[in-house]
Amino acid sequence: MLINLIYIAASILFILGIKKLGSADTARSGNLLSAVGMALAVVATLFDRQILDFTWIFAGIAIGAVIGGVWAMRAEMTGMPELVALFNGFGGLASVLVGWAEFGKIQGQGWQKYLAASGGEVPDWFTTLAIALALIIGGITFTGSLIAWAKLSGRMGGAPTLFAGQKPLNLLLMGGILLASIIWVASPQAARAETLLITVVALSLLIGILGVIPIGGGDMPVVISLLNSFSGLAACAAGFVVLNNVLLVAGCLVGASGLILTIIMCKAMNRTLGNVLFGGFGATTGKTGAQVEGEMKALSVQDAYYVLEAANSVVIVPGYGMAVAQAQHACKELGVLLEKNGAEVRYAIHPVAGRMPGHMNVLLAEADVPYEQLCEMDDVNPIMPTVDVAIVIGANDVVNPAAAEDPTSPIYGMPIINVHEARSVFVLKRGQGAGFSGLVNTLFFRDNCRMIYGDAKSTLTSLVSEFE
Amino acid sequence: MELILLLFIFTLSVFLGFELISKVPSQLHTPLMSGSNAISGITIVGALVAAGLEIPLAKWLGFGAVILATINVVGGYLVTDRMLGMFKKKDQ
Repeated sequence: MLINLIYIAASILFILGIKKLGSADTARSGNLLSAVGMALAVVATLFDRQILDFTWIFAGIAIGAVIGGVWAMRAEMTGMPELVALFNGFGGLASVLVGWAEFGKIQGQGWQKYLAASGGEVPDWFTTLAIALALIIGGITFTGSLIAWAKLSGRMGGAPTLFAGQKPLNLLLMGGILLASIIWVASPQAARAETLLITVVALSLLIGILGVIPIGGGDMPVVISLLNSFSGLAACAAGFVVLNNVLLVAGCLVGASGLILTIIMCKAMNRTLGNVLFGGFGATTGKTGAQVEGEMKALSVQDAYYVLEAANSVVIVPGYGMAVAQAQHACKELGVLLEKNGAEVRYAIHPVAGRMPGHMNVLLAEADVPYEQLCEMDDVNPIMPTVDVAIVIGANDVVNPAAAEDPTSPIYGMPIINVHEARSVFVLKRGQGAGFSGLVNTLFFRDNCRMIYGDAKSTLTSLVSEFE
Repeated sequence: MELILLLFIFTLSVFLGFELISKVPSQLHTPLMSGSNAISGITIVGALVAAGLEIPLAKWLGFGAVILATINVVGGYLVTDRMLGMFKKKDQ
């Protein structure tokens, strides 16, 4: 009874915490509230009468807290997407192990005693179904997040991995897991249950891997949001296994928030979720858009300085390239100097810039850019024609005018930041090659666009020294 | 009855989740994600009970789950706090 009351308190703290995370002023205290909720839930659980031995519990908590704490404190802000993916994967695997452990408990005690302990009201097929769901969702979350982590941290190439028969194979695996689960749930007490459990776990781990390898780095914001949602749903399923309210409530909150982010990311790319997951973007469509005439015009840092010095309003558009070049601090320095020089400086951030939702905001916050200067796409586009210089740092597809103008382009219809409407555009880019998606960016061939080749960080640093 | 109650809570929580987070400024997407990611470590509650049992298989799986879920929880909350600590207003 007391345990359940504490669980209610914990649920309230989670709800308040996640509500507060939705606003910049209250976000930090919201996170703290939800951490207190988690601590309450953990302490309450320790009073569970089923627990006979605390040795391994405290050992596990100590080991996990040290590892998690060290990783969290050491992580670079540019490495945030892969860290979140990794933590997410661990949450998924934890749900798998909880589901499996419950199965072990049932085998150890026998179904009769197990069901009697839960009040005798829950049928064996329901518990089995919940275990199967925890294993499947948790398993996919685990390996899917690991692949996402490998892609985001550069341990694995970011390009989609495609092979012949990929879709039929995936369908076959999904059919297999469905079949195994149905047989298992239909007769939970049969002797083959253990084999079925191992089959379900193995297939879900495989589906997680095969499901994420065909998805390109540029689509990672969608994938991590979706996997985030999955980790919540896996916790939910585990909640149905152990019949625990706080798991259900917290799991649902995470599941819903992840799903909302997924939808926002898909909208920002004008694509459906199915297209992101199964499209193998650019690689299977074969569409590359119309050919562009003209040439890209390079500009020296010194000439760029003369233009910037005379500018009254500047918009900086960061992308994943800024994260790669670790250029956020140099970028901020330039912004400060431009302001001192009398220009109005704004940072325009596309919802899918970078490799996770809000990636650029975190980097610029790390560099101490005040968040009032950060503008969302819809706020900055109307004023774009009045902007003197737009500086594009390591962004590509999100500023490609083909998305608005060329119906044959694969990204046609995706909302973009209209930098091409600014009086002049500077694009900081490493070389002449196409961007990550392999698309030609028609922006680069415009009359008002100049390319400044080189590493973004050193280009920005030289611009800064020109000003000084 | 208990089952129906759980399904009832589940349904309400789904709607609550959608209502709570329907409009988040994009600036907060990363902290929201890592913060909610930490909450998904709530599976630790199930892990703790399993790790305290005297049934070998359940105990060892539970022990592994406690480690993983704790990494998720502690790491998730700390990194979110670090991130949010950097979101400053201009005048501060």
